[in-house]
Amino acid sequence: MDCHLDIFFLEAVLNGLLLAGLLALLALGLNLVFGVIDVVWICYAELVMVGMYGIHYAHKGGAPFLLAALLGILLVALAGALLHVLVIRPVLDSAPINQLLVTGGVLFFLQAAATMAFGIEFRNIGIRLGSVNLMDMSFAWSRLLTFAVALGGMLALWLFLTRTYMGTAIRAIAQDRQIMPLMGVDQRKVYLVTSAIGGGLAGLAAALMVLQYDIYPQIGLQFGPLIFMICVLGGLGNMIGGFVAAFIIAQFIAVGGSCFATEWGYAIAFLFFMVAIFIRPQGLFAAKS
Amino acid sequence: MIRFSPAAIIGIVALLLLPFAVRFFFAASEKYYLHLLIQILLWSFIYTGWSLMGRFGLTSLGHGAFTGIGAYTTVLLWNFAGLTPWLGIPVGVVLSVIVALLVGYPCFRLRITGHYFALMTLALTEFVRLCIVGLRDYTGGSLGTQPRRYGDGVSLYAMQFEPDRVLSYYVALALWAFGIWMWLKVDRSMDRYALDAANQDEDAAASVGIDVTREKLKITGLSAAMCALGGAIYGQYQMYIGPDTIAGLGVSLNIVFAVIAGGLWVPLGPTVGAVFTQLLSETLRVGMQGSATLRDWLGSAALALDTAVYGLLLVLFIIYMPKGILGTLMEWRGRRKRIADTAAVARTG
Amino acid sequence: MLALANIDAGYGGFQALFGVSMSVNAGEAVAVLGANGAGKTTLLRVISGLLPAMRGEMTMEGVSLRVIAPHRILETGIAHVPESRRLFPRLSVEANLKMGAFVPAARKRFAERLDYVYGLFPRLKERRHQLAGTMSGGEQQMCAIGRALMSGPKLVLLDEPSMGLAPVVVAQVFELVRRIRSEGYTVLIVEQNVAQVLKVADRAYLLEVGRIKASGSAAELLASDEVRRAYMGI
Repeated sequence: MDCHLDIFFLEAVLNGLLLAGLLALLALGLNLVFGVIDVVWICYAELVMVGMYGIHYAHKGGAPFLLAALLGILLVALAGALLHVLVIRPVLDSAPINQLLVTGGVLFFLQAAATMAFGIEFRNIGIRLGSVNLMDMSFAWSRLLTFAVALGGMLALWLFLTRTYMGTAIRAIAQDRQIMPLMGVDQRKVYLVTSAIGGGLAGLAAALMVLQYDIYPQIGLQFGPLIFMICVLGGLGNMIGGFVAAFIIAQFIAVGGSCFATEWGYAIAFLFFMVAIFIRPQGLFAAKS
Repeated sequence: MIRFSPAAIIGIVALLLLPFAVRFFFAASEKYYLHLLIQILLWSFIYTGWSLMGRFGLTSLGHGAFTGIGAYTTVLLWNFAGLTPWLGIPVGVVLSVIVALLVGYPCFRLRITGHYFALMTLALTEFVRLCIVGLRDYTGGSLGTQPRRYGDGVSLYAMQFEPDRVLSYYVALALWAFGIWMWLKVDRSMDRYALDAANQDEDAAASVGIDVTREKLKITGLSAAMCALGGAIYGQYQMYIGPDTIAGLGVSLNIVFAVIAGGLWVPLGPTVGAVFTQLLSETLRVGMQGSATLRDWLGSAALALDTAVYGLLLVLFIIYMPKGILGTLMEWRGRRKRIADTAAVARTG
Repeated sequence: MLALANIDAGYGGFQALFGVSMSVNAGEAVAVLGANGAGKTTLLRVISGLLPAMRGEMTMEGVSLRVIAPHRILETGIAHVPESRRLFPRLSVEANLKMGAFVPAARKRFAERLDYVYGLFPRLKERRHQLAGTMSGGEQQMCAIGRALMSGPKLVLLDEPSMGLAPVVVAQVFELVRRIRSEGYTVLIVEQNVAQVLKVADRAYLLEVGRIKASGSAAELLASDEVRRAYMGI
């Protein structure tokens, strides 16, 4: 173990901050869907994986990166809507745990389908953005960009939720489902729009992740558990809580990872999570009821 | 005391004679078929262990952690301390139970249920997997490791029975029978009523004097112990353990899904789930090898076809057949019997 | 305006309404009286589509309500202020009002309707950024009625607006009802507070265990022995 309060420690902390932006974005979509529909998409990270492959192949097929990213976002938004219509809608009245498990089936399916379609090789989109050096520290541009776009994405969602009718309905539906028809709101439509936005956020995350990570069919297993943990820690459905939790967890991963080995950073983060949940079972930032 | 019905006795005898039937009918590929049967029995035992708590609404995604702890503790103690699995397995089981109780106690006290319980236990699985990978100097990291061979053949001391497939079959069968016996014992116990009550309404259960936390901890401990035992024996049989084959989220999800596919509320449901999932993947794998077209089309990626079909079937199961294969069949039979009974009553009346 | 003929309704195996027929004419205030569990709330839920009727016919200005999806009922001009207000507690007052104007036709006139509602209930304007769940009961009732008015309805269904409120506030709530009445809205109000509601209503129906037992003008019912004995303790 070599952990000193030196410039490298600071570098780890700052990189953790940049990672937090991405994790917060990933948690946001899941929280949005849970908050509105009351269903956990266990396959959320697999939707991100689908987006990453989509962007990768669109880019390889000649589309400029921005266009490829846009296509990827649309692809995953569509996937989110399809997931809702085909899988979630039939089980909306089932036990909550069945709703969670049914998306687990989708997880297996997407992972296996990706393996069949794209093979098990690691793929890289091959865009190098370089890095910026500050004193002895180095930060990849891709991470800085990710952080900025993730914050931008979150701001856009916030504006949507507070300024538009549909956004207000999305916030309202979680507070009182039964009376939505009295407002003239079609619950099915709100669910569908929410699922598409949740998917779109996964697509945005995918567009940022292809710049930083190799793509392979199991990449969802690397991020999925982390995203759930952040969401639960922040209080399922609580978007602001998820945001803060992402920053806490990212620090454990980054600093723990730089002091020990990468897995230990993650392991410490999971341990922290379990202990934290025992102290605040409804998440660190749950409103006291 | 459990009384056996004639059908059950025939079933038990058939299972005991099965290796000889295999030898008689499939002499050429005896090893392969026995291997398939052993796999089914070992996983059935693990699935049954999970279903003990799963049936009471305690949907744990943490059992991949328990199988992992059981398997790794046993193998590491053997490899690095020379401790025989006869002692290593109990250590692994006890360790699993301790972890289960440590995680379970606060969960149950704080009434973490449903989504939260599932995600909480998922974190446990992930934590254990990361520890296994992190301790790569001992565990071989994500590549996995093997128990050190003790001599060439079967060894009682090292609990290495894999070279003798027929022996392995009986070991697996004994374990499986133990699992079913445990299921029936729980099913007939007072705890079952307490847990059913707690599952339906925790406050009401507590108000009639049920110590809900205690009841849940008992069943969780038992369930974790069985999965740890199953994981350890599985490791001894396979002579290989890896974080993806015996620990981790994939294993946790497989356990849950196989049980749901088979049927959560019937004693043989987990077994049917194991038969179904193992046969499905084997059929697809063999079918793949037999078909040059499919092989050319999919290449090495064909390995994933079974998982894809499996995932798709699971979605369909949960949507259209939430009681599982066996549960649904029994319901059909029950309904037909009722109809027949009513008809009979109508005739006689 | 609103006409119900032989409506049966219920929950699962439990039937709550038996052959209910009634009508509300434009400009009227009609009350439905009855004890707890008489089916009053069920009646309003059936009209606004929250609970599908099992049998019978229901029309709003000649349009059959039974074939319309629940979320389209509002477009026929029926706004429902549900029992115990049911505001969105963690949305601001203004966001709650915005939800009242969710249907496309109302969105276009949002600013105008908002001014109108704020004019009617200046208290809501003062509190417009406050979370609805943090207001007093009377203010919440004001907000719930305001939310219903945002869509520019013709008929307002009020479900026990005085329920759970302090006696002083109850008087204020009936004052609110009287005010929206004078604004020209047709009102169908369900109440247990018989003495008060008969002062604002023109006509009333008496509902007992899911069946209409009596009907007549407010004055007639107020004078009837049955009502006085059963509901006013006289």
